[in-house]
Formats: sequence, C-alpha cells, structure tokens
Amino acid sequence: MRTYILKRLLLLIPTLIGITLITFFVVQLAPGNPVSRKLQVGEGIKAEAITQDIVEQTKKLYGLDKPIYVRYWIWVKQIATLNFGRSYTDHRPVIQKIEERLPVTLALNIISIFLVYTISIPLGVYSAVKQGDIQDRVITFFLFVLYSIPSFWLAVILIYFLGGGEFWDVFPIYGILSPGAENFPFYKKALDFLWHITLPVICLTYGDLAYLSRYQRGSLLEVLHEDFLRTARAKGLPESKVIFKHALRNALIPIVTIIASILPAAIGGSVIIESIFSIPGIGKLGFEAVLSRDYPVIMAIATISAFLTLAGILISDLAYVLVDPRISFEGRK
Amino acid sequence: MNIQVVDGTQVLKHYRKSQGYWATVWMEFKRDRVALAALGVIFFLFLVAVFDDFIAGSRPLVLKLNGKIYFPVLFEYREFLDTDFKGVSENLKRGDFVLFPPVKYSPTEYDLLSVLSPPSRAHLFGTDDRGRDVLSRMVHGTRVSLSIGFIAVGIAVAIGILLGAVAGYYGGVVDFIISRFFEVMITFPVFFLILTILAFRNPSIYNIMIVIGVTSWTGVARLVRGEFLRLRKYDYIEAAIALGSRDLRIMLRHMLPNALAPVLVTATFGIAGAVLVESALSFLGFGVPPPDPSWGEVLSQSERYVDFAWWLVLFPGAAIFMTVTAFNLVGEGFRDAIDPKRKGRGF
Repeated sequence: MRTYILKRLLLLIPTLIGITLITFFVVQLAPGNPVSRKLQVGEGIKAEAITQDIVEQTKKLYGLDKPIYVRYWIWVKQIATLNFGRSYTDHRPVIQKIEERLPVTLALNIISIFLVYTISIPLGVYSAVKQGDIQDRVITFFLFVLYSIPSFWLAVILIYFLGGGEFWDVFPIYGILSPGAENFPFYKKALDFLWHITLPVICLTYGDLAYLSRYQRGSLLEVLHEDFLRTARAKGLPESKVIFKHALRNALIPIVTIIASILPAAIGGSVIIESIFSIPGIGKLGFEAVLSRDYPVIMAIATISAFLTLAGILISDLAYVLVDPRISFEGRK
Repeated sequence: MNIQVVDGTQVLKHYRKSQGYWATVWMEFKRDRVALAALGVIFFLFLVAVFDDFIAGSRPLVLKLNGKIYFPVLFEYREFLDTDFKGVSENLKRGDFVLFPPVKYSPTEYDLLSVLSPPSRAHLFGTDDRGRDVLSRMVHGTRVSLSIGFIAVGIAVAIGILLGAVAGYYGGVVDFIISRFFEVMITFPVFFLILTILAFRNPSIYNIMIVIGVTSWTGVARLVRGEFLRLRKYDYIEAAIALGSRDLRIMLRHMLPNALAPVLVTATFGIAGAVLVESALSFLGFGVPPPDPSWGEVLSQSERYVDFAWWLVLFPGAAIFMTVTAFNLVGEGFRDAIDPKRKGRGF
C-alpha cells in the first residue's frame, strides 16, 4: 500500500509540470503580445502615443523583457509559493481575488454534487430493479431527455418562467444575496442564499444527475447478473437484502469513484451558469478574465482547477483500491 | 440441415455468403427502433446542412426572365451581379416566372421594419433583433453546427488513435510519456481552456473546430491504448511480427480494426458533445463570428431583451436539443449493437 501511494505521488510530478507547461504556453504564445493588449486595455493611451519607451517600461513592469523559458521558470517558482502575481485589470493579488470567489463556487458545486448523489443512486437502483417495466422505461426516457438539454438553454427558460421574465417572479436571477442581506440574522441569511442559488443549482445539477442515474442503473444491472446474487437468492435471502446488501455495495464502487471526472466539468459548467446568473464565483471570474485578457488570472484559474482535479483523481484512485479488495495495488495502471 | 460432402469451391461460396462484422452490427442496430429514428433525424439534418441554400436564401432556384432560364442559386450570372431578386420578381413580364426557395430570406438579410417580430406567415420562426429571418438563420446554422461537430470529432479521433496506438503498441517509456499527457489533458477544465484559446485567437469556424478537436481526444486515446495493450499479447500479432511486418502495418491492419467499433461509438457521443460546446461558445459570444448564423448565437440574442422573445429561445434551443439527443441515441444504439450483451444497461 505504501509503495503504491509513493508511486502515485511520484507520478504526480511530471503531470504537474505538464499542467504548468500547457497553461503557461497556451497563454503566453497566443498571438498579439501582452504589452500591446495591456496598453489597449490600459489607461486609454492613443495608439500613436505609445512610444518605444512606454513599451519597454511596460514590458519590464510585467517581466516580459526576458526570454520565455526564463519567464516560465520565474512563474513556476512563484506559483510554488501560491503567488500568482497581480491582476492586470485592478492590480490586486490574483490569489486574493481567487480566495474571495472560490467559496461561492465550491458551495454551489458541493450542494449540486450532494443532490446528484442523493437523488441519482436511489433513482438508478429503482430503475434497475424494475428493469423493462413501465416505471423503468419512463425514468430512462426522462433521464435521457434531461441529459441532452443544454444547460444554458434551461437557464434562459427558467429565468423567463420563474425569474420574473414573463410568468412567475419566484426566484431572484442575480447574485447570491439580496441587497442589505449582510445585516440579516443568520437563518434569514442562509434562507436568502438558498433562495438565490436555487435556479443556478438546478442548472448545474440536472445533467450530472441524469448521467449518474443511468450509470448507477447500468452498474447495478451488471452486478445483478452475477452468480453470487443467484446464490444469495437461492439461500433464501429477502429481495431487499439481496439488492441493498449484496448487489448495491458492488455497484456503488464505480459511482463513488466517478466523482473525479465530474470535477473538471464542474468548473467549465460554472463558467456558463455563473455568467448567466451573475454569481460572483470562480467561473464568472474566469469568464471576465478571458474577456479582458487578464493573463495572470486566467493562468491561476487553469492551474488551480487542474491541481484540484488531479488531487480528486488521486483520492478517488486510492479510495478505489481501499474499498475494492479485488483490485491489487500493483496491478492497477 | 442437410449434410453433404462439399468440395473446396463450394465451401468458399458458402463462406462468401456469410455476413461481415459490420453487416451484423447493422442488423443488430436496426432492431432498435428509437436509434433508427434518431439516425433518420441525423440524415435529415445532414440534408438540410448540404442543401441549405436550396431551402433558405434570397436567390431564386429557377428564374425565367425574357425567355431565358437562370439558376441563380447554383451559378453567378454577370447580368445579376448586384441584383435584388425580390425586385426582379415584382416586375416579371408575361411568360416569365420565378421560383424562390421555401424560405425566401437569406440568413444575413436585414429587415429593420420587422425587428423582433413573432412567428407569422411571412416569418415562420419570427425575426431577430435586426429583422433577420430566424428560420433561415437556423437552416444555415445547421451546416455550421454539423460541420463543427464532425470535423472537430474527426480531429479528436485522429489524435486519439495516433497517441493511443503508439502508447499501447510500444509501451514502456513511450506509454509513460503519453499517459502523463492524457492525465494533464483530463485534469484541465476543457471548456475554460477552449474559451481561453479562442479569446486569444480569431474565433473563426476553423479555429473552433481545431480547438474542440485538440482538447477532446482523451476518450478515444484511452480506448485505443487499452485495446492495443490487450491485443499486443495475442499470438497473431506475434506471428505478424515474426513474419517481419512493419510496425505501421501491424497497427493499422491487424490491431486498429479491432478497436474501430468502440472508437466510432465514442465519436458519435463526441459529436453530440461538440455540437453542445459550439452552441455554448456561440451563446457566450465566442463562437462563429457575427454575420454567420449559429444556433447558439440566435439563442443568445434572447438574453439581451427584457421582453420575452420566446421564438428566439424555443426554436434554436429545440434544434440543439434535437441534434444532441439524436447523436446520443445513435451512439447508444450503436454501442448496444456492437456489444448486445450490455443491451439496455445505459451508460
């Protein structure tokens, strides 16, 4: 076990280097040099007024006068101490901006993933147990439809129907708290928060929910055909015990470990949903950074989310080995 | 069954009659009515994409003017270089006629007198904020969406097969390096990466195809790698190596055909994903550049207006949804067909 963990940790090193390399070069080798971009977005200096001096000064200010491999090395050394530089737009430290925004995104995604699991596991089990029946077919069809709905389309529809567009004005469609909510007592603030995030969470949840329910159904069906379940039935165990004690335990393993692949998609999904609902999270920060070509912020978000996902994959791999004794530590790739 | 002694030629004849692998897969696929219907939908969308100019456009299909017959939709005529065909059609002489496409508006044609008008007889799907016909924009958007879907996935499949095959066939250090590369790609938030790359380059239709392609090959690569690792141990591959076949020949002729069916299944789901990504990009304003039509772009206009322009939400959204569903259904039917054991088990 210890050697396995050690091996996995050592394997992280080349992957981490790869992540920093791709992030750095995708952003830095983009056409249009950062200085001219910076001057464009900067203080509205006229194009003719940009003398060579100003260009050189700006380059020096952002360390762009050095060759690219030196810049890469400097950047890697910086991020090793969690220093992602300063934002080009408001000159605040990037890490501070991310610290402000990360909790909102994490809260939304944790609530969403929690809902996904609490709904999809029972739904998948029910569907698998009733395989081929009308209930199963209705659920499967409904989940398939849900799976193919574009989240931004649903967001627009929800805003129009429930967000005071044309029909009911039930949910707010802007931000995460009402104005003046800072002075609310705790429970009221919590309710206000939940009220605000209802629509965004629905949009973040339904796709993964559909996917995981179907996955759970498939994984349980696979187990239901195994010999040991026939044995369990043959020795007279009640059906509930067969399903929940013998089958489900095995069928849950892939479901629990799939969480690692949901994580990177969650950040991508947050970009769209947070932008539509004006939620001050990482996704919206990233979208704004892309719009204003704020290099340090873009690089920080890409690296941090890649690192977080890598950690997620590592944990789920270890969990896989721990919960399933059939998988050997050495045999797994 | 009648048993009889047969000579070699008869055996050969009998052998020829037996079905090939793909014929069996097709037989199996056909039994799934829903998947078959979805394949029909894809075929329909394909026709719309190919013949978009014949379905929606301001150039007549056939025009008879002064006794001469023209096909303006097919050819450029010197005498009509800057002609507005609507004007021509109003001043027709006797014996002349004009036949417009069913939707007689081009996707980029402005009509500022009927801006944001709801569906009517003149504009079946309504008009957008510049008075452009939504149906015409959607017909032409079909070509954009489908070509991005197919070409992006084509690029992804090519990269995936190449990297997966090399990693699985050679193993060792090569496999180690490529596997780390997989891991890096998997950890990135792909949509954010695509958005970033497009923000720094021109968001042309080609760049969108390339960017989606180079960021979504991991699924195919992993599949091909696994299959090649498995096949590498088979005797027939040993035999091929012993016979002195070149590596490339072994990979392409002896190993790849075994991995092709699952790769095509993955590709079908990939097209659904690529169509979705393209529409999301267009929705956010990073998609196909302005005058060109795209489903996501039509949908994004609805966000800008306080009044509910429901036709800007319903039609493009339904088109995206229908396309994505159709590709997912075909992918699923196809997967069940190549592995009938797992039929009806879902993902």
